[in-house]
Amino acid sequence: MSSFSTDPVYLDHAATTPMRPEAIAAMTEELGRPGNPSSLHAAGRRARRVVEESREQLAEVFGARPSEVVFTSGGTEADNLAVKGLYWARRGGAGRRVLTTSVEHHAVLDSVRWLEEAQGAEPGWLAVGADGLVRPDALRAAIAQAPQQVAVASVMWANNEVGTVQPVSELAAVAHSYGVPFHTDAVQAAAQLPVDFAASGADALSVSGHKLGGPVGVGALILARGAAPVPVLHGGGQERDIRSGTLDTPAIRAFAVAAAACAGQRADEAERMAALRDELVRQVLAAVPGAVLNGPPPGPGRLPGNAHFSFPGCEGDALLMLLDANGIACSTGSACTAGVAEPSHVLLAMGADDSRARGSLRFSLGHTSTKRDVDALGLVIAEVVERARRAAAR
Amino acid sequence: MSGGVDSATAAARAVDAGHEVTGVHLALSANPSSYRTGARGCCTLEDARDARRAADVIGIPFYVWDMAERFHRDVVEDFVAEYAAGRTPNPCLRCNEKIKFAAVLGRALALGFDAVCTGHYARAGDGILRRAADPGKDQSYVLAVLTTEQLSHAMFPLGDTPKAEVRAEAARRGLAVADKPDSHDVCFIADGDTRGFLAGRLGQAPGRIVDASGAVLGEHQGAYAFTVGQRRGLRVGTPAGDGKPRYVLDIEPVTGTVTVGPAEGLDVAEITATRPVWTGCATPGQPVDCLVQLRAHGEVHACTAEVDGETVRIRLRRPARGVARGQAAVLYDGDTVLGSATISGTSAAHEPIRPGAGTVAGYPG
Repeated sequence: MSSFSTDPVYLDHAATTPMRPEAIAAMTEELGRPGNPSSLHAAGRRARRVVEESREQLAEVFGARPSEVVFTSGGTEADNLAVKGLYWARRGGAGRRVLTTSVEHHAVLDSVRWLEEAQGAEPGWLAVGADGLVRPDALRAAIAQAPQQVAVASVMWANNEVGTVQPVSELAAVAHSYGVPFHTDAVQAAAQLPVDFAASGADALSVSGHKLGGPVGVGALILARGAAPVPVLHGGGQERDIRSGTLDTPAIRAFAVAAAACAGQRADEAERMAALRDELVRQVLAAVPGAVLNGPPPGPGRLPGNAHFSFPGCEGDALLMLLDANGIACSTGSACTAGVAEPSHVLLAMGADDSRARGSLRFSLGHTSTKRDVDALGLVIAEVVERARRAAAR
Repeated sequence: MSGGVDSATAAARAVDAGHEVTGVHLALSANPSSYRTGARGCCTLEDARDARRAADVIGIPFYVWDMAERFHRDVVEDFVAEYAAGRTPNPCLRCNEKIKFAAVLGRALALGFDAVCTGHYARAGDGILRRAADPGKDQSYVLAVLTTEQLSHAMFPLGDTPKAEVRAEAARRGLAVADKPDSHDVCFIADGDTRGFLAGRLGQAPGRIVDASGAVLGEHQGAYAFTVGQRRGLRVGTPAGDGKPRYVLDIEPVTGTVTVGPAEGLDVAEITATRPVWTGCATPGQPVDCLVQLRAHGEVHACTAEVDGETVRIRLRRPARGVARGQAAVLYDGDTVLGSATISGTSAAHEPIRPGAGTVAGYPG
């Protein structure tokens, strides 16, 4: 195996992306200033002001009103609060159906599954096409079976594995025509696409700090007026009683700074990343003629920084290990608690067979990606695939 | 890297020796998300974390390889099948043979690695296996099933060190697992209840307990609960006529008949063993005077071994007891492993054994 003596190559921005220097600076500054934003005295008010200014900044970035922004500990918590909270908020007795797709992030999927196992919910899994796309009439048909029984519908804005951009506004409109609350997990989308809450028509929208260059450990659930989820966390009553817990002022400030920076350069970045991604795809397909690009064709229907391939005859975790040994970081998709890579549930939902789902890799670009990263991958991918094939063929 | 002190220290030594080391934890449990404290299960999340932290301290990459399916097939199912067939398996041996130095080694070689390194107490070099310096911890018995090819890709850095010193070294190296207790049970039977485990898989298989004359002494619920040489758990209502304790002498799996008798009935003078693997010498063309070990941590017995096709006939100088079909018969010349074979049959002492006239043939000096 060749080893890279140069700097590591990071192609896993969808997992997390380097924190922006301005966000680090803002957070560091704030870390040195004590004050619980819920306290009534001067120190508390000072911290509270930082939180509220950050809230306003984030609201502006995401096309929402400040009062609609509820801070959480991240995207997973926002998803849990939306799915469980909106389910619990529906009139008791009626409304046990939860409609979602099987390509959602586990934070939504597992919340729905838990509601089914522990709370008597009845999930309805919307089919996706071979490119991962959900069609609005699929949602319509699912709701129409028994509209009064649907507690909540949830479809992600863009898929974190294969980059599919869903028709969120149409889906929200369909849900509303039946009076069904609509949630969308925009955790992945928010870093690369213009996410406008008001324009989308969604009742609830999840975002996460570290996906767009802010810190890990902070996120938000944006809730339309009228959407009143039952809280997951009870306690001091922060965030209008919806989400108790001391607000993390430094992280919230950094989140807002990062979101603003991201939004400021988004248009240019999207173009730059799409070009890099297209070059990455070109190089990989040229080096490995049998490789298959999963997901929608590059274009407005796909996240600009996302590429996802299946390599026939290989196991994803062998590919990942070999690339790691070459200093290149990427992902096989779904993680697992035991550290053992599982086949991508997204690919399986899109109709791929088990071996194709296991032999896949995701490469994702971000604000620090350069052509050097793409070239580094192009240089070794053929040899890596060859070795992984030999390992699998034993 | 199992998460134990031996594999962690072995990995650290391999790094010090100048090798490019990657730490791999094997996920072997059918339920990888199980998290057990206390009873040492097999590759629990806790063990995986201990292994990962050791890799951090040592400074090597760390991965988890999923071998659960193969482990279940080649080790767990084999374990159950052997008991069902009236034999006594050694799953650690099978794991070395089929998983650690086969499935894992094969994958490693294909991915560009040169060897698999473990924390086993044994010494290997030039395709030859020798006992570890610490006789109490020596594990050459469960490694002797490996072929020359497998041994040529194996590394056992702990072979020359006593266990106590390994723990001290681990502590010096800052490895938190220095104090972690060793596991002694079968790794996939977390509560140590082998009988319960087998009962769960083989069910009730009633049969008779008889004495050497065939007289029925009692009933049992599954012959798999017995092993040759066993004394406890026989639950035969009446004591033996001679007042002496009874031992399991034989298990016949088809009828499920367990034969019990006095200790002398356990005396074995000759052993047949199959599927031999020779590493410390070429396949002997003549009878070989050597030592044989008949179970893990068992004593050695002087013997003469003769190859007859795919079978090895081992004649013991003095009778041995507690020899069970399914166990390995490992032949040694001093500390060097000559070979290993699976015990397929035993016969009792009848007449004095003549010492063999052969020498150790073809042993590479």
